Amino acid sequence: MKHLNAINRKAARVEEVTQPARSSAEGPSPAVTADPASTGDVVALQQGGQPPQQPEGPHIPPGCSIVFSPGWEADRTGGTAGLCQPVERDLFDCHMGCYWPAQVPDQLNHAPDWTAKCAAAQKDWRKIDLVFPG
Amino acid sequence: MREPVSDERADHGVTKIAGVEAGVPGISPGVDTVVRLGEFHTFEAAGERFGYMVPSAAVFAFDACASAIVAALGEGPRTIGDLTAALEPRFRPDEVWDTLGELYRVRAIAEARASAPLPTILPLTVIPLQTLVVNVTNQCNLACEYCYEYGEDKIVDTENGQQPKFMSEETAREAIDFALRESGKTAMVTFFGGETLMNFPVLKKTVAYARARAAEIGKGIDFSLTTNATLLKPDVIDFLAEERIGVTISIDGPQEIQDKFRVFNNGKGSYDLVAPKIKALLARHKSRPIGARVTLTRQTLDVMKIYRHLHDEMGFWEVGFAPVTTAPQRGHAIGDAGFDHLLSQFRILAQDFLQASLEGRHHGFSNVRETLQEIHQGHAKAYPCGAGIGLLGVATDGNVSLCHRFAGSETHSFGSVTGGVDRAKQAAFLDTHHINHKTDCQSCWARPICAGGCYHEAHTRYGSTTGPNLHYCEWIRGWTHTCLEIYGELAVKNPGFLRQFDGADDEASQRH
Repeated sequence: MKHLNAINRKAARVEEVTQPARSSAEGPSPAVTADPASTGDVVALQQGGQPPQQPEGPHIPPGCSIVFSPGWEADRTGGTAGLCQPVERDLFDCHMGCYWPAQVPDQLNHAPDWTAKCAAAQKDWRKIDLVFPG
Repeated sequence: MREPVSDERADHGVTKIAGVEAGVPGISPGVDTVVRLGEFHTFEAAGERFGYMVPSAAVFAFDACASAIVAALGEGPRTIGDLTAALEPRFRPDEVWDTLGELYRVRAIAEARASAPLPTILPLTVIPLQTLVVNVTNQCNLACEYCYEYGEDKIVDTENGQQPKFMSEETAREAIDFALRESGKTAMVTFFGGETLMNFPVLKKTVAYARARAAEIGKGIDFSLTTNATLLKPDVIDFLAEERIGVTISIDGPQEIQDKFRVFNNGKGSYDLVAPKIKALLARHKSRPIGARVTLTRQTLDVMKIYRHLHDEMGFWEVGFAPVTTAPQRGHAIGDAGFDHLLSQFRILAQDFLQASLEGRHHGFSNVRETLQEIHQGHAKAYPCGAGIGLLGVATDGNVSLCHRFAGSETHSFGSVTGGVDRAKQAAFLDTHHINHKTDCQSCWARPICAGGCYHEAHTRYGSTTGPNLHYCEWIRGWTHTCLEIYGELAVKNPGFLRQFDGADDEASQRH
């Protein structure tokens, strides 16, 4: 830390256990070793690779979907009167067993170019940016 | 969910955050995020500003930017954008965000929303016994008015009760077996009383037995005792020196102070008798440092005078002071004004300690040394002391109790030396006495080091071991603050001095 100086032994331990993941310039973090090129990047459920007995399947970026699901920005009629409640939003467009919300924007009305830079999801999913209700 | 912040969006707030893309690590991103101070106590030493974190007990030095953030948030919670703008004349926004991230890491700041209370964590496994205090007698040849064992505040009827006046040789051996069984690699045995040396024959045989038993089973054993020095005859002194037994002498100071309370049954003061014996002990017993333990009362609060006499004139290696444990209505009880006076005296002596330590000289004020050690290690206590955990007391009949001050008390019994520790009772005790149950302590920054204070003090004052000692809260906070300042001075000006405290915990764990 640059602005706080650990003085006693407990402070040194606090500093040690709260150490953020090291950046690529400092070498790979012990937890992320599968792909050196992605060191320090978000790899989420892929971390550590797949068990060897399973064939390498198609890459499905966790939390991303190319399917339009209404509920967040517009309801099924195109209006805003019947927006999904939080619990429902949590259940739409989940990545397999992960229930973390993975909402996609309304690509018909509000964000038609959302995936314009994402020609191949396996390769370009990082280019899919966040959008905010206008 | 709060919105992530990009450079462009930061414009929406008060300031533009140049070069900051990731936000403040750990905090919900956004210039509108409201942050507040976490729980910690600040102090200054050697021109620097420090924070004592609560409840972690970590000590950090703040740089100028961190100090400015802490000062600004001291006026109340505010948004990150607002804070950054306020500090911008002095610190770049990216510097402020960087510092906020570090402050957040150590919990010096938090988001304004309420945080969840910390869980009550009880020890999952049985903790080995570290110290067993063996009351070899409850008899005493002095009649100190303030005595917790014989005075008006006594817990156990030591004169007409069921307890034998002297521990038998057999019970003492059983206590040693118990200590060796329950301890880790090394058993620490402290002989206590009453006046410990009134049962010297049993004590002497017990030491021999204990050494032999420890050698048989391959464990270490260490002895210490506390005495009023009246029975320190030459053969006793020889024995203590040869057996390397740690000795603490209960003495209150120079003659006029000692003779106020530490008197014989006929009212005669004990100074004339004990002073030459103590000098003989200090001259002969060089194998362990010998300390004086002083009881302070309303009438005897001249800490400097007492220290000068016991350390400089008599030659004690160290001197420790403890305010008398008593009900508030007693004549010797220290009142609020007395505690203020005591604190000012402690502060003067602590400065003396600091000066000596900066110059690399030994200083014998043990209260400050012990507190510095705890600060250095960063002990964050759930319990005020080891009583009932790593320390137990044994009464003359072999009953095991919370500590030596409760020896013989049925209510505070934890089993016996033959039957072992009543683990269910111990677990119940640890549950009810956890710091999280002391509501008054939850807003106090000194709780990692105090944890509510002495069980016996609380019992004497309030009739229960479960509550905190509210009568000396101000004193504890004042004294801890002083020790933190001294710690900070030493950390900046003579950090090598603090290295002596590095191994304290390591040594303790090796004993287990």
